[in-house]
Amino acid sequence: MLQSFKMALKSIWGNKMRSFLTMLGIIIGVGSVIILVSIVNGYMSYMVESFTSMGVNRITVSYIALPSRSIDVDDFYDFYEEHSDLYQQMTPVVSVSATVKNGSDTMDATSVGGYSEEYLDIMGYEIESGRNLLYSDMASRQKVALIGDFVATELYGSAESAVGSTIKLNGDAYTIIGVVERQTEDDADYDDGCDDDFVWIPYSRAVKLSRNADITSYTFTSWDTDDTDSCTETLEDFLYEHLMDEDLYDVTAMSSLLDSLNEQIGMMSMMLGGIAGISLLVAGVGVMNIMLVSVTERTREIGIRKALGAKRRVILQQFIIEAAVTSTIGGIIGIILGALCSTGIGSLIGIEAPPTMSAVLVSFSVSVGIGLIFGYMPASRASRLNPIDALRSE
Amino acid sequence: MDESGKAPLIELRDIYKIYYMGDEEVHANDGISLSIYKGEFVAIVGKSGSGKSTLMNIIGALDVPTDGEYYLGGEDVSDMTDNQLAEIRNRMIGFIFQQYNLLPKLNLLENVELPLLYAGVDAAERKERALNSLERVGLKEKWKNFPNQLSGGQQQRVSIARALAGDPSLILADEPTGALDSRTGREVLDFLKKLNKEGNTIVMITHDNSIALEAERVVRIIDGKINFDGDVKEYAAII
Repeated sequence: MLQSFKMALKSIWGNKMRSFLTMLGIIIGVGSVIILVSIVNGYMSYMVESFTSMGVNRITVSYIALPSRSIDVDDFYDFYEEHSDLYQQMTPVVSVSATVKNGSDTMDATSVGGYSEEYLDIMGYEIESGRNLLYSDMASRQKVALIGDFVATELYGSAESAVGSTIKLNGDAYTIIGVVERQTEDDADYDDGCDDDFVWIPYSRAVKLSRNADITSYTFTSWDTDDTDSCTETLEDFLYEHLMDEDLYDVTAMSSLLDSLNEQIGMMSMMLGGIAGISLLVAGVGVMNIMLVSVTERTREIGIRKALGAKRRVILQQFIIEAAVTSTIGGIIGIILGALCSTGIGSLIGIEAPPTMSAVLVSFSVSVGIGLIFGYMPASRASRLNPIDALRSE
Repeated sequence: MDESGKAPLIELRDIYKIYYMGDEEVHANDGISLSIYKGEFVAIVGKSGSGKSTLMNIIGALDVPTDGEYYLGGEDVSDMTDNQLAEIRNRMIGFIFQQYNLLPKLNLLENVELPLLYAGVDAAERKERALNSLERVGLKEKWKNFPNQLSGGQQQRVSIARALAGDPSLILADEPTGALDSRTGREVLDFLKKLNKEGNTIVMITHDNSIALEAERVVRIIDGKINFDGDVKEYAAII
């Protein structure tokens, strides 16, 4: 057996060019499986991560208020307090379209919204300067505003100088009570419409500004993402109780979006894996091809070996081991190249894409398997050669 | 049974080998009966197409006859399977081919070791026996060389060493001097004679009467039949 391995290695080394071409198919096959799967996996975890930072425990609620049937903010707060075991935080969401000005300086893309004092925690932001909105601001509909770092920098130069200044929303003056820490990491992205370009005011005040009677959007957070289903159902029951019509409301959990995203990425990964699998199959056909050529080329050698007493099994073993060794070496080179490339490409497009263990194992075993299966046919042909005919060939 | 009462090493009984070329039957061997005893040096001589190569293939257990019986060392080889034939060849026969048939990618030692490898001899003993064998043909020092680094005569000596390595009952030489010039051919013939003197049984196939005269006994094949079988001196007289 050991002798056979030595012989196989010798024969592979003796036909460097041919062996390399055979391996090339396998190298490309294995490498592409690993690269594709690793990058899809890396992309997937990148997506999951960014979704998580957006808050997977968030559940957004919106409904259409009819004159006859609507739900009061207080009803939502009662519901929230009743189910404090399920919900961690809650805020009404009131979108306002308003011009944002400080004197003659105007912001172009600033998002203005009315929220409760819990919104800061829901977003996971920290105060840089000043203070957060307070419950008392809600109750007394204070004209106060919490602004993003970008707004503070653009209109007031710094966070410190912004606090205590006034900001005009649709001409109404609001006192800036605090500035939120900068969220945008990259300077290139730190521009109009970025994560730091916002003005938050008490929702009770925003209702006045938007001239809408009812607040129709809310954001809840659950204590535990595993409870998402019961959180969603409880909210739906509550809404149905008041509205009596399923078409009038919508409850969406972030985590269910994440689930469907994962599903899609999984499908994409399967598809790409399949394509890469085809290239592995092609590599296998390449192995068979080269092995057949090798058998034909070495007919005389096989004849000599058989004349000297090599049995079928010995010849079969020799060629199968050669095919297996070729595809194993090709597989190992493919794994190394695939790992290097996927890490390289990953860092190039800015995601972590280390080769996954499963991709390495699957592609490696498939390549060796293919080497064995496709090596068997030529090997079996070689072992059946008639020594006389084989000796006569040139 | 011969005069001394021993069983023959090779016993061919009414051997036929028939090929079909289209509708035509070709009788390559047409009823050959022949006995060869241990220690003999027999030349099988015949023109090309006479059927001597077919006979050699049968004697060498490379092929089985269409009809007839072949006993090699008392064993019936006529109906053996591929694997059984391989085992018989390995154990009983040392081949010397016209084209040497050394494996170009193996060094001399590995080439000579091959029959021992297939006989399942362990590595240490294999090396020792192969080196001994190379020593007998005077090429022990060159064991690390590859066949293409050697002259034709030297390569043929390596193939003789390979034939001897397995300590076979029969040495079967197919045109052993065919690819050599007359001087090196002479050396190989002298070496075969020496091996015969040491007790080895040698069957040599040739088309050349002058080579055949080096043997002790000559068997002439014409059209698949034995035309002459006798002492080399009688043969020398009729040609």
